[in-house]
Amino acid sequence: MKNAVGRDIPDLLLQDGRSVFRGSNFMDGCIYTKPGPTVRAAVKPQASKVLENIRTAINRCGLKNGMTVSFHHHFRDGDYIVNMVMREIEAMGIGDITIAASSLGDAHDPVAAMIERGVVTGIQTSGIRGKIGDAVSNGSLKNIAILRSHGGRVRAIERGEVHIDVAFIGAPTSDEYGNARGKGGKSDCGVLSYSVADARYADHVVVITDTLVPFPNLPPSIDGVDVDYVVVVDEIGDPARIASQALRVTQDPRDLMMAENCARVMASTPYFKDGFSFQSGAGGPSLAVNRFLESMMVERGIKMQWALGGITKPTVDLLNKGLINCVVDTQDFDAAAVCSVHNHPRHYEISTSQYANPMNKGAFVNKLDFVVLAALEIDVDFNVNVVTGSDGVLRGAPGGHPDAASGAKCTIIVTPLVRGRIPTVCDRVVTVTTPGESIDVLVTDYGIAVNPARQDLVSAITSAGIPITAVEVLKERAYSIVGVPDDVEFGDRVVAVMEARDGTLLDVVRQVKKFE
Amino acid sequence: MSRDVKKRLRRTMLFLNAQRPSLMKDAYVYAPDSVIFDLEDAVAENQKDAARFSLYNNLRSIDYGEVERIVRVNGLDTPHWVEDIRASVAGGADGIRIPKCERARDVRRIEEAIESAERAFSRKPGSTLIMAAIESPRGVLNALEICESSERLFGVALSGGDFRAAMQTKYYPSGVEMAAARGNVLIAARASGVQCFDTVFTNIDDIEGFKSEVIMNREMGFDGKSVVNPRQIAIVHEIFTPGEREIREAERVVTALSENANDGVGVFLVDGKMVDIAFLAGARRTLALARAGGVYKGDL
Repeated sequence: MKNAVGRDIPDLLLQDGRSVFRGSNFMDGCIYTKPGPTVRAAVKPQASKVLENIRTAINRCGLKNGMTVSFHHHFRDGDYIVNMVMREIEAMGIGDITIAASSLGDAHDPVAAMIERGVVTGIQTSGIRGKIGDAVSNGSLKNIAILRSHGGRVRAIERGEVHIDVAFIGAPTSDEYGNARGKGGKSDCGVLSYSVADARYADHVVVITDTLVPFPNLPPSIDGVDVDYVVVVDEIGDPARIASQALRVTQDPRDLMMAENCARVMASTPYFKDGFSFQSGAGGPSLAVNRFLESMMVERGIKMQWALGGITKPTVDLLNKGLINCVVDTQDFDAAAVCSVHNHPRHYEISTSQYANPMNKGAFVNKLDFVVLAALEIDVDFNVNVVTGSDGVLRGAPGGHPDAASGAKCTIIVTPLVRGRIPTVCDRVVTVTTPGESIDVLVTDYGIAVNPARQDLVSAITSAGIPITAVEVLKERAYSIVGVPDDVEFGDRVVAVMEARDGTLLDVVRQVKKFE
Repeated sequence: MSRDVKKRLRRTMLFLNAQRPSLMKDAYVYAPDSVIFDLEDAVAENQKDAARFSLYNNLRSIDYGEVERIVRVNGLDTPHWVEDIRASVAGGADGIRIPKCERARDVRRIEEAIESAERAFSRKPGSTLIMAAIESPRGVLNALEICESSERLFGVALSGGDFRAAMQTKYYPSGVEMAAARGNVLIAARASGVQCFDTVFTNIDDIEGFKSEVIMNREMGFDGKSVVNPRQIAIVHEIFTPGEREIREAERVVTALSENANDGVGVFLVDGKMVDIAFLAGARRTLALARAGGVYKGDL
């Protein structure tokens, strides 16, 4: 059955209440009852939650074949928790496990072999890279993987679409009662936003830390009332890979040119006024937009009311210069962001549900004026792919992309027209991760295109003297430079589904065809 | 050759290493007025052939649109320059930049090689322009004869690196070390009716220093500036873009000259200032700069 972005969703997948994507706001007003976790009461005041090792915690939680475990990715490429726990699960002879993670990356390559061995049979995640992506794309995972945005993941947890049996939460600091924080310790990651829903909805919650601090560890990101056990290990991650010293703002003239054009587009819209709100991605030109915004804000004499999202030094710098009133934080990408969330009185940690869950009673993304995002591909319908490479292999992360894009009044994609010999602007993206109806403006090094659905922005941008072109013209230009790419060849088997934010099916990812 | 081609706007001339196809493949996206593909200093001695090969294919296969394509060939004291010119002309380059030009005969030697290449590769005779880089005290002293040396020569560029070294000085923010050279070369260019371009500013991160130098260039009367990084292009264009008042004055001069010419009047007043035909070229240039800077949509 075809969905609202023209993708054919196999009928076999449309069971158990699943339906095809019908538009970003289709589920508005939907009524549901939240599920509750099973709780083992800790009544005895003298009982300790601290266990000697992970194996004991797994035993106490009663983890069995076929269950679901969850993890967060605040430790990014420095994460030790996933591998540590999964090795122990395998060593205990437990298999058929579903991993429900906020993201999985290169740090978790050992899990790929566990997929081959049947220890892991299900993956539900907001990001999938490295050998795990290869294993899933090659059809090694027994069950169909589920890819969700960050907001969509929380929605799935809070609606009971995924039930977490045991949540393993790595925490830079925890007290003996499980009050855990992103702050302090050897592996300071700033915030623990992605884990908040896991802690509240999992049947069993295990906090794993390398720094046990005196009770009470306040204010906690993860509340001890939700935590069953605490395990202390030598190291939960590699600090150097958790928060980089400083993400280098690009000096690439092409990136800077696109960033400046993006800032000019923003400044041309009616939303660029005192009190506006803004989110930007953490890479290349998206990050550089902050630099150009600063001079434009000073010139106009305006300030940003709040900045949202994964936070980096450029945002912190604007906060410290008084150009942003407050920063609302779901993840920290560098040391400056970690330091700021701990020390600045107007830099706040929020949960991922607050950030982006489309089906709570109103998430922060809904109040965004602008978001600037990247894309692996964008097609002539403005659909964006950030999850599959040009070879069809899973190697990306929807993350908060679909959430912020859907919520913001002006969503801008900044991307070069071609990457190497791959056209970024194309006829049809390999996988739709963010529907085109959420995308308003495309800024490339070869020109700017505006979604025809946003004639108000067409008028504002052209009135400011900024030339725009049609997305089809950009696509033709890309093809004229690198040629028209052949379609990626897939097998028949669906290896992953891309859920829309509301849980409907946006697209499917099929097994890649082996070279013959 | 067309006088319009020789006189086209050249606010920015972006240097690009001809050894790096990734740089050359689409530098037009930065919208400089001209690019200079460099076969000289940027290319290692043992890579000259490879760079020339890349350059030729780039010239043949990539559409630079309105952006002018100049090639800086190797110096006359090297074994490379003749083949550099042949590759450039065969590829269809718009012009050749002569490095370390010191006298009129340097230009004429280059011109002869260009003529030969144009014949060999069936290119329109005279279609390949020349610009000369003046990089030495002798070149500065001979600026006038260089500027008057060839019908193909559209301009001269002052090159600061070698000149400062020869003068036993270095870069100073005030520009005092280049003041005499800038003045002399600029006067020679104006006397000869060719364009004049200032030297590069190599400290990419010193935006304020760069802006100051470009403002000085404009105030002195330079036509443009050589740039080494695309980030410098917008700054030059902005500074060279006339203000609203200049544009309106230029419009009035062009209109008044046209109207008075029809009435047979040669000298008249515009806004209380005496104006004659000598003002026309300056007014037209102001409007052309304004149009290129995107601030003038008129049709004068």
